[in-house]
Amino acid sequence: MEFFNKIFVYIAQFIRETLAALGFTPVWVEMGMGTVYLVAILGVCTLAALFYVLWERKLAGYIQYRPGPNRLGPNGWFQTVADAIKLLTKEDIVPCGADKAVHLLAPVFIFVPTVLALAVVPFGEGMAAIDLDLGIFYLIAVTSLSTIPIFMGGWGSNNKYSLLGAMRAVAQMVSYEIPLVFSLLGVVLITGTLQLQGIVEAQSKVWFVFLQPIAFLIFIIAATAETNRAPFDLPEGESELTAGIYTEYSGMKWALFFLAEYCNLFIVSAIGVTVFLGGWQGPFLPSWVWFFIKTHLLFSFFIWIRWTFPRIRVDQLMNFGWKFLVPLSLANVFITGIGVYIYYNGLGW
Amino acid sequence: MKTQTYTLNLGPQHPSTHGVLRVVLELDGETCVGSKTHVGYLHRGIEKILEDRTYPQVIPYTDRLDYLAGINNNLVYVQTMEKMMNIEIPERAEYIRVMLAELMRIASHMVGIGIYIMDLGAISAVFYPFIEREKILDMMAHLSGSRMTFNYMRIGGLAHDIHSDFKPELDKFIVEFPRFIEDYHRLIDDNEIFIARTKNVGTITAEKAKSYGLTGPNLRACGVKHDIRKTNPYGIYNRFDFEVPVGEIGDCYDRYVVRMKEVEESFKIIQQAYKELPDGPVMAKVPKLIKPPIGDVYHQTENPKGVLGCYVVSDGTPKPSRVHFRRPSFNNISIFDEIFIGHKIADIIAILASFDFVLGEVDA
Repeated sequence: MEFFNKIFVYIAQFIRETLAALGFTPVWVEMGMGTVYLVAILGVCTLAALFYVLWERKLAGYIQYRPGPNRLGPNGWFQTVADAIKLLTKEDIVPCGADKAVHLLAPVFIFVPTVLALAVVPFGEGMAAIDLDLGIFYLIAVTSLSTIPIFMGGWGSNNKYSLLGAMRAVAQMVSYEIPLVFSLLGVVLITGTLQLQGIVEAQSKVWFVFLQPIAFLIFIIAATAETNRAPFDLPEGESELTAGIYTEYSGMKWALFFLAEYCNLFIVSAIGVTVFLGGWQGPFLPSWVWFFIKTHLLFSFFIWIRWTFPRIRVDQLMNFGWKFLVPLSLANVFITGIGVYIYYNGLGW
Repeated sequence: MKTQTYTLNLGPQHPSTHGVLRVVLELDGETCVGSKTHVGYLHRGIEKILEDRTYPQVIPYTDRLDYLAGINNNLVYVQTMEKMMNIEIPERAEYIRVMLAELMRIASHMVGIGIYIMDLGAISAVFYPFIEREKILDMMAHLSGSRMTFNYMRIGGLAHDIHSDFKPELDKFIVEFPRFIEDYHRLIDDNEIFIARTKNVGTITAEKAKSYGLTGPNLRACGVKHDIRKTNPYGIYNRFDFEVPVGEIGDCYDRYVVRMKEVEESFKIIQQAYKELPDGPVMAKVPKLIKPPIGDVYHQTENPKGVLGCYVVSDGTPKPSRVHFRRPSFNNISIFDEIFIGHKIADIIAILASFDFVLGEVDA
């Protein structure tokens, strides 16, 4: 049991010891380990995207009384592979008048914040590539970077729909960053640490979703908006802006955007699990299995929301963010602060 | 800060223009400050073609007008011809016509509502009405051999009597349909986002609606109780007990509500007609060569999209001298340019979707 719990930790240790035994200097050992972590993260990232693209289509199928993809491989599970091959072999179209460099770089850059964010996510007990002291702060900082490639894509396409989508994306992601940060701040106040492992360990008795239910709700809403998923999929707005920022993208460049969307959703699910749902903690099963089960459930919840709700309008989105979510999250931080103060200092009379 | 407006060409290839409508929008940021609707991308010259067809040959062309409710288009033409030639048609044929017309009204509204909610962003909501529509289309396919272009009605009655499969299928539909209505109301009616997106969006006053010649659910949503089936009953519609639902302020939400209620009323008519369905022939005695007397006739019926009028001029030959259709979708969309002003792009999509127009009918 203990062995399975720490299997990945042991593997990492084994690689580290092997590298050291081969006579590398500590600097080179660290460099080697960095590469190993990067490969592992990219593996998790790609596998998660491949799996969840199909899982979303399946789940949407169940919601809509249809089987979903079921032709290729056992029960359709190879569909994404076939789609990827198709997209790879498609012609790469750059619209004339597009800013070629920006248009080309946007789908590459969109992966940078994704990979950076996964570096600190604790996948299990002792299973974070880097356990930063400023974990949450770092996460928020790097995930907010994903606004830039989306704006690049919308601007560089030289298409009015894309430009509209890009304008919406920036407005939306900047507005919803604030409630997202405040919702996490409540938890930080309680634990007194920004370190993700520390936050997970603080939840050994009670998950923070029970101590911070409002923050959890705000987090879910803001995370949906941050990842541009329905009902906040305004930048894409299939029925309004045809595909918004993705209108002029085809083939593999579009696929990269698509994969990044799923990776980002995987990351916000992972953050949600880590901060509110007890992270990798759970009985009987190894810690990393618990982590993936919880992330999977939260991810499926996001899919359920997407396939149920209509899209909201851009002014309503802004009103909801600034006039409702921000004050509510501020109030939540304020009340949590008072609660924490009373818990540690007593009422003082 | 100096800002300037820009032009956005919405359509003819756009997922929310329901075909090939083209709206040229003048936008200030996201807000519409000017709009011009262009039609004609699906023009097939049906009315001109009909001048070179014999009277029975006209029927299949009517299927292609509002292709979501082909039977209703058949109906208006054959009734015009019967009016012109003073043909009395058998009771059984009249009842079957009413049943089929109301079934197709339900099918058409299922598309209208489903696509409407889908264009607002809730993609799943299109699938549930389409399942019900599919049952009706299957029924019609077994009956006429075609899913959408039926060519089932004839001048003087019907092509043939209903098939033996039809009754069990209709029984099944009558049992299953109320449950769908209930579920769909639960899914959509109180959805906060749906209400926020549709309430007070695209509001049309009764006067304005009348002045633009709006008909059908779009007119009734504005509070005008106008339904040809009630005000000027054709066929045997005066024998059935049904209500004409109206809205209050004529916004997008009212248009949804009116369509949903109309579906229930149509369902009531189907049940009544099905219960009273008499036996007998389905075709009256009609001369082999149809040669109506010289003259012209105008007749109109209440189609799912509004009032469909048919004007036929006869010069005494076996071919019509002129056939004209008053297509409700064409008149309905004429109001777009006025009500778009001041709305956001997302609202424009909601208004487009809530009008439930069919380009086959707009362009003819």
